[in-house]
Amino acid sequence: MGSLWGRLDDVQTDAGYGSPDEHPPRMGFFTDTSVCIGCKACEVACKEWNEVPDDGYLLTGMSYDNTQELGASTWRHVAFVEKPLDVPVEAPPADLGMPSMGPPDPQGAESGGEGGVRWLMSSDVCKHCTHAACLDVCPTGSLFRTEYGTVVVQPDICNGCGYCVPACPYGVIDLREGDGRAFKCTLCYDRLKEGQTPACAQACPTESIQYGELSELRERADRRLTELHDQGVDVARLYGRDPDDGVGGDGAFFLLLDEPEVYGLPPDPIVTTRDLGSLWRHVGAAAATVAGLGVASFASRRLVPRLLGTALGGRR
Amino acid sequence: MKEQRLVPEPEFESYYGRPILKEPTWKTPDVPLYLFLGGLAGCSAVLAEGAALTDRPDLERVARLAAAGGAAAGTVALIHDLGRPERFLKMLRVFKPTSPLSVGSFILAPFSALSGAAAAAQVTGLLPRLGRVAGSGAALLGPPLATYTAALLANTAVPAWHEAHRELPFVFGGSGAQAAGGLAMLLAPIDQTAPARRMALAGAVVELAAAETILRRHGLVAEPYRTGRPGRLIRLARNCTAVASGITALAGRRSRLLSAVAGATYVAGSLTTRFGIFEAGLASARDPKYTVVPQRERLARQGGGSAKIDG
Repeated sequence: MGSLWGRLDDVQTDAGYGSPDEHPPRMGFFTDTSVCIGCKACEVACKEWNEVPDDGYLLTGMSYDNTQELGASTWRHVAFVEKPLDVPVEAPPADLGMPSMGPPDPQGAESGGEGGVRWLMSSDVCKHCTHAACLDVCPTGSLFRTEYGTVVVQPDICNGCGYCVPACPYGVIDLREGDGRAFKCTLCYDRLKEGQTPACAQACPTESIQYGELSELRERADRRLTELHDQGVDVARLYGRDPDDGVGGDGAFFLLLDEPEVYGLPPDPIVTTRDLGSLWRHVGAAAATVAGLGVASFASRRLVPRLLGTALGGRR
Repeated sequence: MKEQRLVPEPEFESYYGRPILKEPTWKTPDVPLYLFLGGLAGCSAVLAEGAALTDRPDLERVARLAAAGGAAAGTVALIHDLGRPERFLKMLRVFKPTSPLSVGSFILAPFSALSGAAAAAQVTGLLPRLGRVAGSGAALLGPPLATYTAALLANTAVPAWHEAHRELPFVFGGSGAQAAGGLAMLLAPIDQTAPARRMALAGAVVELAAAETILRRHGLVAEPYRTGRPGRLIRLARNCTAVASGITALAGRRSRLLSAVAGATYVAGSLTTRFGIFEAGLASARDPKYTVVPQRERLARQGGGSAKIDG
């Protein structure tokens, strides 16, 4: 059993892959959403390479995003945020009946685009957490940590118990309807083993999705953040980059231009197993209480209230 | 009692109001039913062993059958809930203390075998000594079986379940004792059920106190426990438990009929509690408010925009 919480500099060694020179470096994604154009080439490439089935052709009516969310059959999801601007917008120009697209204004919030909305696009993916709740709660060992530090489901073992689904603090993994088993991004484990780039990163035309050694990606992301801040894009921030965060840092992290929840990401996720010790202690105390109640019920009528007092007093 | 909002509706941002977490795929009634049956079976095994030790044969018989029947039916419900039921034995492929479902499988499997053997010996009259040994084993595994299910729910990202991880084991343990005692009150003769009444009453007190603590301690995250359908279920359960406790305390030892009515009400209350808690979790996963707002508040308390370690 590896560590459950906190900073962890070598996730593969923790998972039993030997000393740092005995396994490949940790690989991951850095998704720079400031250059994402929302083309969804990543979604298509992922589906094609991994032979992921379709999961319905629905029109949401909420934005250009009809993919809606990550799931068992969606391992890359391009979020498309169309947000009204806070700043008041001057009267729109006269409508000449010409077809037009929304506001291609790159700085959006700062300068108020046509129509008074701004667009944010971000290709979301499994975070391949340092402390992965899905992996920790999986009772069959179907979910495992690869030698690249990524988290992968073994479909030949998964029995569809569904425990990983509510365990994930990002809402990534899900059971596939009609199949019954859990599926999610594998970070193209098969391609990695051949020294290839994952399909989504390979297909990304703007290098919004960057694949590489996690340590190198983190440095690259830091440089990019400084660059954007120097250009006055104060809203830029890194998400999932911090190895001291609630999941020990993400193997797939992001540069965002707004608060995480605007993109459908939790602002401060914490892996559930942080509280595992407390959880089992309380289960143990409750089990002892039940056993005590049982004994007391047979022993004497006066014993029960006394035991109850101890149980309730000692519970906090 | 009317639903009331105790905190003003918080403002928060989201992605078109869509959930952040995936709603648990666990099926209704399979999983809430299993939560109930596990509690009933586990505490019935304790009751059966006590009855055997104090020579209460009718109580022992009822409790042994409840333990075996609850475990068997619960196992069926759990397997039925799997996406690939034919692979249920994969549950025993590894043992993982980080997975309450793994730990629970290694409690439930031997408990089912032992309680089944004890019940079989009881019913057939064959191998009575082995039956007693099996029954003792089941009684030892009973309290963990009745309470680990709280860890099953709480060891997730579901806000209403996870934040209540200190109280839920006591809710489930008390609720299980209430169900086991209640079923025995319903089915066993009154001159043998005094321990069952005490167990049910004490379990009810533990459950009500722990459930009340959840509501008082957890603010916004406890909201799903008091609003909507889960809120109604939980209030119904609480009323059942309170009424049954009143009857038990006042007339439990005098009237066979009233004792049976109270017992059945206890069982109904325990069952409804599990459905209410289960559905409250689903509701808290569906609404991004319960994910975003507490996390934002935590960040604000830490006084920074970036995630820092607490606890």
